[in-house]
Order: sequence, then structure tokens, then C-alpha cells
Amino acid sequence: MIKYIFRRLLYAIPIAFGVSVVCFSLVYLAPGDPLQTILPSDASADTIAMVKAAYGFDRPIPIQFLKWLGRVLVGDFGESIATRRPVLLEVSGAMSNTATLVMFAVPLSFSLGYVMGAIAGCFPGRMLDRAITGTAVMGVSVPNYWLGIVLVIIFAVEMMALPATGMGANGSTAFSVFRWSDDRFLVLPVITLSMVPIGIIARTTRAAVAEVLNQDFVTTLRAKGLSEFAVVRHVLKNALPQVLAVMGLQFGYLIGGSILVETVFTWPGSGFLLSKAIINRDVPVLQGTILALSMVFVATNLLVDLLQSMIDPRIRRS
Amino acid sequence: MFGITRETGMTKRSTPSLTGRIFGAVLGGLLAAVPATLHAESVLTVGMTAGDIPLTTGNPDQGFEGFRFVGYNLYDSLALWDLSERDKPSDIKPGLATEWQVDPNNYRRWILKLRQSVKWHDGCPFTADDVLWNFARVTDKDAPQFFTQQMALSRTYVTNFESVEKIDDNTVAITTKVVESLFPYSMSYLLMVSRCRAEALKYDWAAYANAPSGTGPYRFDRMVAHERLELTPNKDYWDPKRVPKHDRLVLIPMPEAATRAAALMTGQVNFIEAPAPDTIDRLKSAGMQIVTNKYPHNWPYTLNFVRGPMTDIRVRRAANYALNRAEFVELLNGLAIEEYATMPPGTPYYGNPVRYEYNPEKAKALLKEAGCMPCKLTIAISTSGSGQMQPLPMNELFKSQMEAVGFQIDFKVMDWNSLVEIGRSGVPKYPEIDGYNGSRALLDPLSALIKPVWKIHWSPAGSNWGHFYDPEIEALVGQILNDFDAEKRLTELTKLHELENDRALMIWVVHDLNPRALSPKLTGFVQAQNWFQDLTPIVVHP
Repeated sequence: MIKYIFRRLLYAIPIAFGVSVVCFSLVYLAPGDPLQTILPSDASADTIAMVKAAYGFDRPIPIQFLKWLGRVLVGDFGESIATRRPVLLEVSGAMSNTATLVMFAVPLSFSLGYVMGAIAGCFPGRMLDRAITGTAVMGVSVPNYWLGIVLVIIFAVEMMALPATGMGANGSTAFSVFRWSDDRFLVLPVITLSMVPIGIIARTTRAAVAEVLNQDFVTTLRAKGLSEFAVVRHVLKNALPQVLAVMGLQFGYLIGGSILVETVFTWPGSGFLLSKAIINRDVPVLQGTILALSMVFVATNLLVDLLQSMIDPRIRRS
Repeated sequence: MFGITRETGMTKRSTPSLTGRIFGAVLGGLLAAVPATLHAESVLTVGMTAGDIPLTTGNPDQGFEGFRFVGYNLYDSLALWDLSERDKPSDIKPGLATEWQVDPNNYRRWILKLRQSVKWHDGCPFTADDVLWNFARVTDKDAPQFFTQQMALSRTYVTNFESVEKIDDNTVAITTKVVESLFPYSMSYLLMVSRCRAEALKYDWAAYANAPSGTGPYRFDRMVAHERLELTPNKDYWDPKRVPKHDRLVLIPMPEAATRAAALMTGQVNFIEAPAPDTIDRLKSAGMQIVTNKYPHNWPYTLNFVRGPMTDIRVRRAANYALNRAEFVELLNGLAIEEYATMPPGTPYYGNPVRYEYNPEKAKALLKEAGCMPCKLTIAISTSGSGQMQPLPMNELFKSQMEAVGFQIDFKVMDWNSLVEIGRSGVPKYPEIDGYNGSRALLDPLSALIKPVWKIHWSPAGSNWGHFYDPEIEALVGQILNDFDAEKRLTELTKLHELENDRALMIWVVHDLNPRALSPKLTGFVQAQNWFQDLTPIVVHP
């Protein structure tokens, strides 16, 4: 097992490097000016050249990349062009706000999606299966920004039951999940954010359970006289690795923050930060955020691989 | 770890389970019957269209919205805008300088008397040395206070600045590079920050952003990065009429229009910028006040005068005759007025420009005469952006009306940042583009009328994007900038406005009416005909 973990960790290094190259280059492929935030729209060519030189954007891109990589390796992601705050601070603050959402969205979506999928998988073709599958498809298909706006109209504007936007009445720094007046701000974004993972996990679980139910060992278990509850327990365990892989991806999706959901609810998370960095072409923030989120994906995949191999030793052997 | 704070004294035992909290949150939220009382005191809470909190270190980013809500609230400039009247276009007035005049012996030298007894928020007195120090901050690379970011944000306004000298403790003289009778307008855009505070913070501008000190009507109180900025009244403001009439001003970035409208209706904010046209009726029915006013904004197509069909004045006029502007106004639910010339009617130098009324037959005849049938145009447009109104449906309407008379429009659709890049680089870099659709701020005559036609401003050096040149107009511009007689200059500016209109400098479409929605609990707001607004007279009733 240790050898396997070590091997997987080694694989992660070139992936991380590749991600850093891609995330650095990607922002230069997009048209627009990285100094748009601070340059007036009618800035003259000499002003632009002067500011580019001051920020180091006049150097060749490979040189910029090497300098950036050197700094990143020692934990210095640079400063935001717009705010001059350290990128690390910007990204960590935003990711922690997204994590607050995820902390609620993950148990809600994973448990609900898994239970729904398992029930549907156990009763394939029945009315219950159709109802759950239909709900899951709807969850995946309904655009979450639309759903967010609809929920705001119903629960905030019409019923006046929940706040429409923001992270607490006094901002994220004063936010506490142990205070109901703040938790009210979580309800709508958490529900909106959970819809897609619920649908995807339910569908994946349903397919996995249905597939495992058709395998020979299930017939054997039943032939041995095991109760249906015990059979289902075996089926769920065998279906779990497949579901776990999807859950890992969904965790990455959630922690990455949804640009649309966070914008609709003005939730100051990583998706919102990313959208602002894209609009403003705040290159250091953009690169830092993409890199941090990519690393979360790499780490999550690594974790899922390890978990899968623990649940199903055959994966480790292969 | 996740930015979560625990209330003191709460033990693990008393904390509800995670599942309990989730269900509690969902059910409790749904069952809550009483709306949250978010503002217990006299708080003016603004939902801005900006995606982030504008910079607090002097000249702000986020365009003129940054100036409107942060810049002119924390800081003052030597000249300020008079925002006290609704019914006439606003002009500059004395700010930190009480008067200015050009040196009769040297028209490049401006002498400014400074306001006395003004104090920075940190308690230091405002002096002539502060003015010199502020100019060095954005122009002198060797000065310890030089700040690249502020240089970038201020550069446009100090392009003609050469030097500044102290005459005495209350007087300074600014010398410009070339004679420019409109120079005082530029002084209204350079905000003065406190030397005392900057020195105390050892020029750490990131620290300054969290402890800014100006002379403006509001003091900095608190900021949550990217989320909210809270300001409190400066009770010692030098203009007693402008001491804020509420206890606190909270500024919240809300780039999404639907979010702003919902936040207003739920009471999370009580003042929003730019409600979407389709939400106006709903907001009105909820009792909100909708305020509009004309202001120096336009939504035109800036044209290529170097190559392509737009070099022919007949084609430019045809394009202007092709547009049925009333349909644009209807599309915008009445939140715009028809635009037939650069400036909105009522501007002192509006004059009597040609009115390109909708006339498709005339447009077709002009195109035929110019031999441009079908007349193919490549136009760059953005999907959104500052002042861009509803760019996609409006451009669709533009396309359909233009194609009805014989144009063939090929849109290059891009995000706002890319369009800004096209706008800055101009026709030398994008010769294949016949025009671009970018809204314009027409605050002062130099930006509104002169820069777009002056040869010295040919892109990328300046904002004459399409390299327009007309000897008569060029001569008139020279005359205006050398004329220090205000009345005579006004006549010349009027003539310039009419000439630009005659030359069909742009394809004019609409002027925005700058809608805002206010809670019925607010009184006292006077919407000036300006990009900037004065929030200080607003009273927030319980």
C-alpha cells in the first residue's frame, strides 16, 4: 500500500507541473489586457508601455513563467494587480468561503444523491426508479443560475423568508455558521449548488447498483439464502468505487466554486473571485486561483484513488 | 480554517449536529415568517454594478462608478463637480482650490488659490505642499511616494501636466505642456490623498487601502475585501452643506442585475444602480422609487476613417438615417432618449445639429449614390460592460435596421475587456474593423468633443480611434484650446459639436437615462446630470 501511495504521489508531480504550465499560458491566450483594471479605457500607448514595464508584463512570456514558477515554489503567488493584496491571501480567503458552502453542500448532495441512486438502482424500471431518474435528470439539466434566481424570487422576494444575497449581514469576516442569522444566507446557495451533484451522483449510483445487481455473485448470495438487506449491502459496497470516483470529481467541482451560483448570490468564494479576475484580466489572481483549484482537483483525485484502492484491493494490484 | 468563527462560550455539546444544522437551516428558512431587520440605524446601503470594491488609495478603478461611490466620497480634488441640481447639466466648481486663473503672461501656467482650514481625516492640515506631493505621487518616478498603480489610473488626466510649484502656503501654480484652456476639467479627476497618512504607513499602499485618509465628506470605517466598504460621515467636512445626513454608507458590489433588484426588494440594500429595464415595473409595484435623468453618456458606434465604407460621408449619413431610434427606446422600456448628436440635448454647447431622423429611403439613396450595395461592415461589440446598457438585444436591433436599408453587418462579438483593447489600440492594429460599439463618458468637452477628432489623439496615442481628420475641425480645436474667454469658447464648442454632427462622426443611437431604484424610505436624493452623484443629502427614514 505504501509503495502504491508513493507511486501515486510521484505521478502527481508531473501533473502539477503540467497544470502550472497550462494555467500560466491559458491567461495569455485570451484577448484583452492584463492591466485593464488600472488603465483607463482611453490610456495612450506610452502609458500602457510604461505600466507594462512597471509590472513586468513587457518581458517574454517564458521568462515571466520561470519567474512566476520560482516564486510559486516558495509560496509567493504575487500580488493582485487590482487590489495589491497577496494572491495567496485572496485565494485562501475565497476558497475558505467556498468551503463553507461545500461543507453543507457535500453532505446534502452526496447523501441524497447516493440514497436516491441506490433506491432507483434496486428497483430498475419501476415507477420509483423513473421518478428518481427523472428528478436526477432535471437536477443536472436545470441551469443552476436560473434555479438560483427562481429560488431568490420565491423565498427572498415573495416570501421574505431568506436573504437574497451575500455572506452574512456584515460580510464574510463576521460570518459564523453557529449563528442562525448567518446560516440563513447559506440556505439558497447551498440548495442551488447541490442540485447538479445530486443529479449526477444519483444517476451514477443507479447505474452502478443496477450493474452490480446483474453480476453472478449476487445470484450466489441469494442462493446462499442471505436476506435481501444483506445482499443490498454487498451490492452497495461493490458499487461504491465507481460512485466514489464521481463523488471525487463533484467535490472538486464544488470546491472550485460555481462562478454562476456565487455571482447570483454574491457569495465571495473562489468562483466569484475567478469571475472577477477573468473580467479584469487580473493575471496574478487568475493564475493563482486556477493553480490552487487545479491542485485541489489533483489532490482530490489522488485521495479518491487511494480510497478506491482501500475499498477494492484489485485496483491497487492492477 | 474555513473562515468560520465560533461564538465564544459555545461548547461542542451545545452545537447542533451537522445534519441538524442543514435541515434546521432549510426548514427554519422556509418557515421564518419575519423578515430580517438588517439595518437598525440610519444606513444607506448601495448595491453597485461594480464587480469589486473600487480602490481606496486615491483615484479608484471600476470606471466612473469608482469615482462616484468611493473616490469623491473619501477624497476631494482641486476642482469638484457641482452635483446639487437636477435640472441643468453640471459643471465644475471650486474644490480644494477656491479659485484658479491662467497666468496672463504665460497661458501654460495656472495659478490656484487653495482652500484654507481644510483637514485630512487623520487630522493633519491640507497645505500647498500636499498638492505638490500628490502630483509627484503620480508623475515623478523618483519620488518615494510614486505609486505605479495610481500613475496608471491618473495618467489620462495629467497628460498635459508639466510641473507644479508652490507660490506660497495657500497658492500653487501648475504649468501645462501646451496651452489648454480646458485644463481645469482635468484637475477634477486627480484626487488628493493624505501625505501624513502615507508617511505614517511608510508608503505601504496596501496598508493605506485599509486606512485611507482624504478630505472628503465620508471617512473610511471598515472594509471586507471584495464584499463591502463602510464609510461614516466626516462631521468636520469643509462644506457644511455636504455633511452626510445618514449615519453610515455601505457599498456592496453586485454585478448581477437580478441580484441587485432582489436585494432591494428584500431590504438588504436600499439604493441600487442600473436596475434592468424588465425589472422596473416589478420594482415600482413593490413601492420602490425609480429615478432617472439624462446625463453625458452616449451609446454610439465609433468609426474607421482610414479604410472601408465609413471613410465615405454618404455611408456614415446613411447609417444614421437607417436607425429608428424610437424602437431602441421602446426596447429599453423608456430608459433612454433618442440620440442624434454626441451630446444630449440641454448641454450648453449642444447648438443646432442635424437631426438624422429615421428615413430608410434616404439611407438607401445615399448608399446607392456611394456605390456601396450591399454595404458590408465589420463591427466589434461586447456582450456586457461598463455603460454598455443591453448590448446584445440593442445590437440585434441595430443589425436588423441597418440591413433593412442595404447594409450587411458582421458582428465580432467579444467580452468587454477585449473590446476595450480594440478601443485602445485603434485602427492601426485593427484596420479590418469598420467600427466598434462602446459607450462613452462625455463629462467634459475635452473628452467628449475634442479628443475623438484631434489629430494629436490618433490611436494608439489617444482616443481618436478611427484617425478622423478634418482641417476645419482641427483649426477649430486649436482655437478652442487657446481661447480663455468662456463665452467665446462656448460658441466655438457649439460650432464644433455641430460640425462633428454634420460630418456624421459616429453612428448615434441613444443616451442612457441612468436609472436607479431607491427604497421608499429614502428622501433627499437629487440625481444630477452627471456620472457622479452626491449621496450626502440622502435621509434614511426608519
